[in-house]
Amino acid sequence: MRVTVRVYWLLLAAGFRRQATYRLAALSGLVTNVTFGLLKVAVLLGAVRAAGGEVGGYDVAQMSTYIWLSQAMLGSVNFWGASEFAERIKDGQVAVDFLRPLDVQAATVTVEVGQGLFAFLPRGVPQLAIGGLVVGMTWPRSVVLVVLGVVSLLMAVVISAATVYLVATAGFWLVETRGVQLVYMVASGFLAGLFVPISLFPRWLELVAQATPCPSMLMYPVTILADRVDVAGACVLLAVQGFWLVVVGGAGQVLTRAGRRRLEIQGG
Amino acid sequence: MSAEGLLPRARGSAEVPAATGETVVETVGLTRRFTVREGVRRRQVSAVEDLTVRIGAGEAVGYIGANGAGKSTTIKMLAGILVPTAGTVRTCGLRPVKDRRRLARQIGVVFGQRSQLWWDLPVWESLRILAAIHALPAARRRARTDELVERLEMAEFWSVPVRQLSLGQRMRAEIAAALLHSPRLVILDEPTIGLDVLSKQRLREFLVEERAAYGTTLLLTTHDMGDVARLCERVLVIDHGRLAFDGALAGLAGAAGADRVLVVDLAEPAADLEVAGVVAARHLGSEGRGLRQRLAFDAEATTAARVLAAVSALVEVVDFRVEEPDIEDVVRRLYAATRHPPDAPAARRS
Amino acid sequence: MVEPPAVEPLAAVSAVASAAVAASGPVVAEPVAGWRDRLRPYRAVLASRARSQLSYRTNFVLDLVSSLLSAVVELAEVWVVFHAATRLGGLEFRQMLLVFGLADLAFSLADLVFGHCDRLPTYLRAGMLDVFYLRPQPLLAQLITSEVSLRRLARASVGLVALVVGLVLCDIDWRPAAVVLLVSSLLSGVAVFAALFVAAGGLQFFLVDGREMTNAFVYGGRYAATQPASVWGRPLRLVFGFFVPMAFTGYLPALVLLGLPGPVWLPGWLGWCAPVAAVWAWSVALGCWRLGVRHYQGGGG
Repeated sequence: MRVTVRVYWLLLAAGFRRQATYRLAALSGLVTNVTFGLLKVAVLLGAVRAAGGEVGGYDVAQMSTYIWLSQAMLGSVNFWGASEFAERIKDGQVAVDFLRPLDVQAATVTVEVGQGLFAFLPRGVPQLAIGGLVVGMTWPRSVVLVVLGVVSLLMAVVISAATVYLVATAGFWLVETRGVQLVYMVASGFLAGLFVPISLFPRWLELVAQATPCPSMLMYPVTILADRVDVAGACVLLAVQGFWLVVVGGAGQVLTRAGRRRLEIQGG
Repeated sequence: MSAEGLLPRARGSAEVPAATGETVVETVGLTRRFTVREGVRRRQVSAVEDLTVRIGAGEAVGYIGANGAGKSTTIKMLAGILVPTAGTVRTCGLRPVKDRRRLARQIGVVFGQRSQLWWDLPVWESLRILAAIHALPAARRRARTDELVERLEMAEFWSVPVRQLSLGQRMRAEIAAALLHSPRLVILDEPTIGLDVLSKQRLREFLVEERAAYGTTLLLTTHDMGDVARLCERVLVIDHGRLAFDGALAGLAGAAGADRVLVVDLAEPAADLEVAGVVAARHLGSEGRGLRQRLAFDAEATTAARVLAAVSALVEVVDFRVEEPDIEDVVRRLYAATRHPPDAPAARRS
Repeated sequence: MVEPPAVEPLAAVSAVASAAVAASGPVVAEPVAGWRDRLRPYRAVLASRARSQLSYRTNFVLDLVSSLLSAVVELAEVWVVFHAATRLGGLEFRQMLLVFGLADLAFSLADLVFGHCDRLPTYLRAGMLDVFYLRPQPLLAQLITSEVSLRRLARASVGLVALVVGLVLCDIDWRPAAVVLLVSSLLSGVAVFAALFVAAGGLQFFLVDGREMTNAFVYGGRYAATQPASVWGRPLRLVFGFFVPMAFTGYLPALVLLGLPGPVWLPGWLGWCAPVAAVWAWSVALGCWRLGVRHYQGGGG
């Protein structure tokens, strides 16, 4: 057990270090994210004011928290759908992964989470700082909520990595997985509430979003940290995230095994 | 500066038209330095330093040197991709950077690693587009394409998308792409890298023919002594950005001792083979109690077959192979030689 | 459709070669004059790119669908905001459709032709740029015509529909001047976005590892262009109103068509000035491109 934990720790650190080599890339991402953040501020705070100080349950400060927190998470959550693992399936390198004495899904997701968490330092933290200083943000009323929010945030990163992994496993059966990836790319950000909080959606569209794991990757931690729910509400959201993690993770595990069998039968 | 006139004909090459005296490449004091950042400090690194060379029309010149010696930088300056830090360069009488578009009609370049072709298109379509790019009239396009298809044996993969070609086929298609507009100067960057023996041979034969037919000037960089031996009568050696040698291949071999090596595996262990009395070969070393022995011979003076015959007369040979001298090795030895000048009459350092 | 292999009956190589010498000789191709001839190389490349995209049927359909969906989602984002707030920046949703339609159609058309220019590092890594240097056309012209993304047509169709619906739903005084304004604004909008792609390409000579930096004004610009500029604070009005003239691609012309007054710093008459914005954007873009190429030739690349 201790050996396994150590291996995953090393993988996490490797993912971390890997990101550290792309400093200019991180700066570029930050500049772009902040630009988008400022434009979102203009539109969404405009909407709050136009609607008389509150829209979809968000006041100005909460909306600002929503905007900067969701922007900050962009580098850590994958709404793009492409992944290195998908490439490895495509070029057959995945066969090598299966030879290692590690669970392929767990290892892949761990590396992705490592990279995602690292990205939060250069891309996430500065955006929170900018948002807090320039626009002003609100925080949860209690420390418990902050803790629950941070846990929810970590879960979001894991769910995102596990979902992208799931998208990649399509490659075991499809020669060209771009279709799946493109659908994910188009839908996930929108349904996760990346551009507009899903509580602003018309009711039917909000229900559609809630029927997917997408809000668990962004909307729910933001909801908790923007002080939109009490402790009980936060626990409900965490439970929903837990549910989706089990669903997405379990599906990934099943598909990995099936994919592995398929590779073994067809000889890669 | 050039050694033409002194040059013996390259081994194995076909009838080569004499250089006409017209200058195709001329550099004077050509220098290119790069700024390298090391943390906060910046350092100037010289890729090419004070290179003065003249290449006449119709010459075939091998441009050799270790990795990072400055070969690619030179080529980029000749083609107008890089601006020199100092010195002047004229290619086909033009200023490469200023007159790039006119120059493009007169030179053809094959970069080993970069493709001229469209990877998802069949070979014929890539060449058709290139013909349009070089504004070849239809009749000329057809004549030249037919000729290249025939001589580079491209018919078998003419309709195959480039990404599906083998390395050898791709290189032939690349060469066709670079030569389609009948350039006066052809620059080849590592044209035979990664190719099997047969593909190399084909390619070299094609280049020899192309020269014989049109008097095309060739400049090629390579790591393969075989390329130089079969294609070039003049060799430029660049080392750390400086011209270390300019002269005939024979001179280089003399200066650096560019011997080929015959490696024989014997049926039974034997003492170090001594065949110097029979052929011009000397024992280099033995492994496995003499089961494998290496003999160096000068390819100008004798042949591998003669050395093998001499060895076979003494012991039973199970297997053998011939090793071409490694360019890096030649350059290294050239250096050793030029640092002790007496035995290096042909070597010149600038 | 495959050209038959052009193989002649076997002949001695020397015979073929000497015949070819007689026929053509090592002549250097003459530079051609005339527009048709001058455009031929570009047409040849573009036609082959288009054919190649159409030949991968499934892929192409997928691309079309995803391109369509992403444009629909972007429109949906705008709609959701208006659904929650009904009026934003002094505009109703039908008026906003006009802004969105103008800007997004212009962006999509520019993306169709110029969209690959902001992927310059990919070209650098593949050595494509060095190959461009070996061809007798200007580098930028070669880069622009090296690719065309037909899938953006799907995206453009969303912009077009939004524009048409907006024009129908809004009360527009259809004088000839309005038509002139509409057409000139649309063309200028395409030019402005095209300039952004070119400028991004030029800057990416310096930003090889940081190409995402240019997304701030290319894709950030697209996002800004589909907003009512009246919601912007002063810094944003400076940046996306004038420096990267996004307000000129949709919002300002729409104000003139709708007969609405402009907000502070963006008076309504600026709606007529989209062509000026296009000229400004292109001078910046060409400047960036020239700097980038000089940097590359200087060996920084």
